[in-house]
Parts: sequence; structure tokens; C-alpha cells
Amino acid sequence: METTTKKDLKEFRLETRQWLEENCPKSMRLPLKDSTDYYWGGRNASFASEDQKFWFEKMLEKKWIVPYWDSRYGGGGLSPEENNILTQEMLRIGCRKPIFSFGISMLGPALHKFATEEQKMRFLPDITAGKTWWCQGYSEPNAGSDLAGLQTKAEDKGDHYLVSGSKVWTSYANKADWIFCLVRTDFDAPKHSGISFLLIDMTSEGVSTRPIKLISGKSPFCETFFDNVRVPKENLIGTLNDGWTIAKYLLTHERQMIGGVGETDVRKAVHKIALENLPTKDGILTDGFLRPEIAELEMNDAIFEMTIQRITDEAKTGVNAGALSSFFKYYGTEQNVARMELLTAILGKDGLVWESENKKAASETRMFCRSKGNTIEGGTSEVQLGIISKRILNLPS
Amino acid sequence: MALTITEEQKLLKDSAAEFLAMNAPVEQFRDLRDSNYKPFNENLWKQIVNMGWTSLTISEEFDGLDFGFVGLGQVLEEMGKTLTKAPLFSSIVLGATALNNSSNQKLKETWLPMLMDGFKRIAFAQDEHNYFDPTAIVTSAKKSSDGFLISGKKTMVIDGAGADAFIVVARTDDGEPALFLVNSSAKGVSLTSEILLDAGTYASVTFNNVEVTANDRISDVGNGTVLLNQILNTASICLASEMLGIVKEAFSQTVEYLKEREQFGKRIGSYQALQHRAAIMFSEIELCKSIVITALQALDNESNNLDELASLAKAKLGKTIKLVTNEAMQMHGGIGVTDDVNIGFYFKRARVLQRLFGDYNFHLDRYARYHKY
Repeated sequence: METTTKKDLKEFRLETRQWLEENCPKSMRLPLKDSTDYYWGGRNASFASEDQKFWFEKMLEKKWIVPYWDSRYGGGGLSPEENNILTQEMLRIGCRKPIFSFGISMLGPALHKFATEEQKMRFLPDITAGKTWWCQGYSEPNAGSDLAGLQTKAEDKGDHYLVSGSKVWTSYANKADWIFCLVRTDFDAPKHSGISFLLIDMTSEGVSTRPIKLISGKSPFCETFFDNVRVPKENLIGTLNDGWTIAKYLLTHERQMIGGVGETDVRKAVHKIALENLPTKDGILTDGFLRPEIAELEMNDAIFEMTIQRITDEAKTGVNAGALSSFFKYYGTEQNVARMELLTAILGKDGLVWESENKKAASETRMFCRSKGNTIEGGTSEVQLGIISKRILNLPS
Repeated sequence: MALTITEEQKLLKDSAAEFLAMNAPVEQFRDLRDSNYKPFNENLWKQIVNMGWTSLTISEEFDGLDFGFVGLGQVLEEMGKTLTKAPLFSSIVLGATALNNSSNQKLKETWLPMLMDGFKRIAFAQDEHNYFDPTAIVTSAKKSSDGFLISGKKTMVIDGAGADAFIVVARTDDGEPALFLVNSSAKGVSLTSEILLDAGTYASVTFNNVEVTANDRISDVGNGTVLLNQILNTASICLASEMLGIVKEAFSQTVEYLKEREQFGKRIGSYQALQHRAAIMFSEIELCKSIVITALQALDNESNNLDELASLAKAKLGKTIKLVTNEAMQMHGGIGVTDDVNIGFYFKRARVLQRLFGDYNFHLDRYARYHKY
């Protein structure tokens, strides 16, 4: 067995630091403003800038698109310790992620755990190469918080499934190449036991999408319709009718992602924005109402970070952190919503500007609107609190 | 550094929990209160000394264990769970910390061994007002021929009655705060006691031209403010440890009650109105655990952001202990406000702990100032 010594790690850190300094363009170290700053990859990939292209290709060449996946699947094969170092070093100089991908953060972990080797070889390398843009088909018009009540059906037609129904809140379905879907394969079983996990090519005949315009004015989500879509049987992941197990597993990853666990993007401290916008006396904010609100928010942000660290450290010693993803999701999103609410209050009129020559102000207002979805998507705060009370506190039903 | 406790620290925590369950359960707290507010059980204090808890943060130079604050924090957390009364915080966290950080070798050699042995106790006399404000010191230490004359009135002196000596914060002639060791039997020292909400005894001590020698000065010239700040940080973090114990215990008793109590033909823990509030408390307590272990480790590592972490710890625990003890009372319903059940003890102790060494507002302000806003 190969062991990494402390000395090796020290060298790895130095090399990583140097490599990042040399290869990460300055513009790729600036904080992300909104989703238009992300690179999404996919069949119809387009880069927002030359720097973005350069940065993605450098990271791809280094196999650091997904640094901690096995090299068989195009990952970097880094140990958890090395991956930690890479994350820290990227954070240190504010490197953006080279790609924003639900394939990496959500589908990938599920494939690793539930797919056959053949399926892994088929789908994972395209994720690590940024060639497939994946979207998620979970919620339906009548299955939101009650996700397991979903009705999109997949009928067994011998060599394929025939899928009919509709999904909602599919992120960027109009741009995505593939969708991972929860479908009902048994209508007679109890609702959690008749669900399967299916991968569907978005270019299949019978698939159509319609963007949903949000209160932010943007359309990161779609409705997706399946009208007798033929899906090859080899696209079924895991066991037939046992898709809920995968769904739950994947949701823990989604919740941690939405809750900001593992988030490496640097955000400007709220108090710094406040100091730029509000009156001060001797360097101290004079607004006696906003100041403690800012301090409380930053206090909880700081301690939430420590909590992610602590629970990660405890998990290494074998403490089961399973249902805690609901805590991460609940707390992280409530913090983010509170942050945006406070930020718009600090910005005053600028926090209300919808369209302006002053693009920065306009983007804060829209991000504020977008944040209202954080405590809903991926399971509402109330759903998470319900999970905590039942699975962690063991309160009765 | 991993935010977990080591095997050794875990052993200490488990042995403390076991010892306290056996020798100082909450019933002892009730008995002491009902015995005319007896401050603590002398026999238990001897046992605590034997367990080595008084030596955890004393260096080997003075025959201490040099085990560190993470260890002491585990003990204080367990003592919070059982509401154990003992002069560990006053004499060791405050008294010994002041001496540990002093350069007065003579005082250290004399006092640290006696404090560890539990033979003698020191009480810390800083506050002079109704509200915690370490800058508002009026007590004076006027230079005399061979030392100082101390005059002033101190309040909220924890375990002041029966203490063998006081550490008194007083301003020297140049206006700088300084710390002095004053024998409680010295001429000019008088003391009255008050029982506060938590059934604890707190003293008000008057110093009327009390003579001390130059050798009784704990802080070096020009170093008084720094030493006071070190004590404030240590006290805040240790209080946060005790508060964590109270928060965990009050929460756990409340969750158990939600599982037992039936109304409208159902266990009340099945009602979503209560479930969600319990889950919110759970989440806040997760944060509390993280800041307490982070701050304790920082104390042992003498981290340069102790001011920040101490205030984060005291503020976060102050906010959460208020939430949890209030919810504990409400969720216990009618019996929660009776003296027959113990949950009210946690609520009462919490309110005092919230105020000691600065409340939520004090520390939130200090945290903001640390970040220069």
C-alpha cells in the first residue's frame, strides 16, 4: 500500500501552489458575480472568455476537473489529504472552479455507489472531461416536498422503457445534454418502493423543455416533458424499483451543495460592503440596528464553517454524519437568505435597482430574489427540520 | 488541527461524567440550595482535587498536569450538565490563570500549589457595576512607601465568601489597571454576600485603604490591560464550555419529555409545531459544539485570534442558551415552572452564566470591533 507522508504532502502543497500561481489567470481569481460567470461544459459548450477557456483546459490537462475521482474515470486520483490541500490552495488565491457541473456534485457520487462498472466507464469520463451537461429530473408539478409521490411513468417494453410525464425545476434542462430522472416503475407498490433511477438523453424523441421565469427575471429552471420517450434498458441505474435509495443518497449531496458545504468561492464579507456604504464614526458603523445584525450573521457564518470542519473531522473517526446533510442544507440556506436580505438593506436604494448602468447594483437585487429559492429547492427548510426531528432526534410520528 | 477531542481528552470527559453522576448529581445542587444556599460541598471539592481537575491547566514547573484547556473544558461541560457547584471556575479558571500569566514568580510558587491542592481559594474581584464593563474600573491602588493602598468596591465576586485571597483589579496612579493579590484577612477588607437567581453566592467586597506590598502585584507595569484581556478570553471560553453542558442537558431532557408526554391522545413530540423548534435547537447546538472546541484548542495553542474566538464562543453560547432554556421551559409546560422538576434550575443558572464576563451584546460588539466595524 502506498502511503503519503507528511513530507510528501508538504511538497505537494508547494508544487500545487506554484502550479496554480502559474496557470490560473488573474480574472479567474475574481469572485463570481452570477451564473453567467460559470463554465458549464457540455455538447454545446461555450466559454465566456479566453481566460475561462485557458483555465478549464489547463485544469483538464492536469486531470483536476474532478481531482479526487479515480484516474480510470479521468479523475486526478488525489488522496483526500491531497484534495484538501488543493482546495485550500485554490481558496487561498480565490481560484474559480473550472466548471460548474451537477455531474460532479450530484450524479457522480450516485454512479460511483450504484452503477455497474460498464455504466461508470460510459458516463464518468465524459463528466471529468466536461463533455456532458447533466440536469436533474426529480420534482413534478404535484410532487414537490412530497417527492416520493411522483407520477412520471416508465413502462417496461421489453428492450426499452417508455417514459411519459413531466418534471419541474429541472436546472438548465433547455441546455443540458442528459437528465437523471426518478420515474415510477410500479404503480401498485407503496409510493417509496415503486421508483427507479433512469438516465435519459435530452435529444431523445419526445423530450421537450420550457424555461420557467423566476422572480429574479432569470430562468435557471425548466419544465421538462416526456411524451412516450424510448429509453434503453441499460440506462437504468441500480435495482429496478429501488430508485428511492439512490434518490436519498443523491439528495444528501445536493443538500450539502446547496447548503454551501465544500464551497470554495470567496464571497466578500458583508461588513466590508457595509463599511463601503454606511456611515461610520472612528471606523465603527454607526447604524445601531444593522451593525449587530451584520455581526450575528458573520458570527454564524464563521461558526457554520467550523461546524462543517468539525463534522468532517468526526466522520473520519467513524461518527455517522448521514442525516446531518439536512442540518447543513437547512442552516446554510437560511444563512444565505439572511445574508442577501441584509445585503440589500445595507445597499439601500442600490439594493433595489433592477436595471441600471450600474450593473453591480442590479446583480445584487437579482441575486437577492434568486436566494428566496434556496430554502425551497432540494427540500424545503421545513422538510429538513422534519428529517432532523425524525431521524436524528427520533421524535415520534 | 482536527476539531475533535483526543483519546486522552475523551477519557477525561467520560471519567468526569461518571464521577459527577455518582457524586454530584443535580439532587446535590438542590440539597445545597435547600441547606441555606451552601456554596458547595467541601467533601466533593476534595474529591475534585483528587481527580486532578484543579491541576489540568497548571504547568509541570509547579507540579501541575499541564493537560490543557481542552481537557478542563470537557470537565466544565460535564459540570454544567449536573449543575455541579465547586470553586473550580473561580479559583482555577480565574485565579490560577491570572497567576499563570503573571511574571511574579514568588506569587506563583506560593499560590499555585495551594490552589491545586484546594487548600486555599482565590476569588477574582473585577466588576464594580451592574453591567460587565472591564474598562470601568474606579478602584484605586495608590503608591505608598513600601507598596500600594487599595480602595474601592467590587461586586459579583464569584465564590468570594470564604476565599483566602482576592485578585483585585485597581488603577495605579498613572491610571493603568493593575492586578493585586489581597489577603481576605487583611485590614480594611469587608464582605457582604448575595444569593443570585442560580442559588449561587456572590460577594460584594469593599477595600478600604488596604495595604499590599509591591510583591503582591500580579501584573507587570504596563501589562495590566493585556493580562485582564487574557483572563477575559479564558473566562469566556471556559464559561462557554459550561454553558454547552447546560445547553446539551436541557435539550436532551426536553427531547425526552417530548417523547413521553401525551396530550390529545398523542405524544407531544409528534406535533410538527414542536418538532421543528426542536430541530432548530439541534442545529444551533451543532454550531455551539464547534465554536467551543475551536476556542478551547486555540487557548491551548495560544492562537493570535483568541479575542475573536472567545467573543464568538461567549456570544454564540449566550444566544443559544437563552433559546434552549426558554424552549425547555415552554415545552415542559406547567411542570416546567414548578420547583419540583429540575429543568428550571438550568434556566436559572443559564441567565447568570449569560451575564458573567459579558453578555451576548458585549461579545457581539467585541467581535465586530475585532473585525474593525
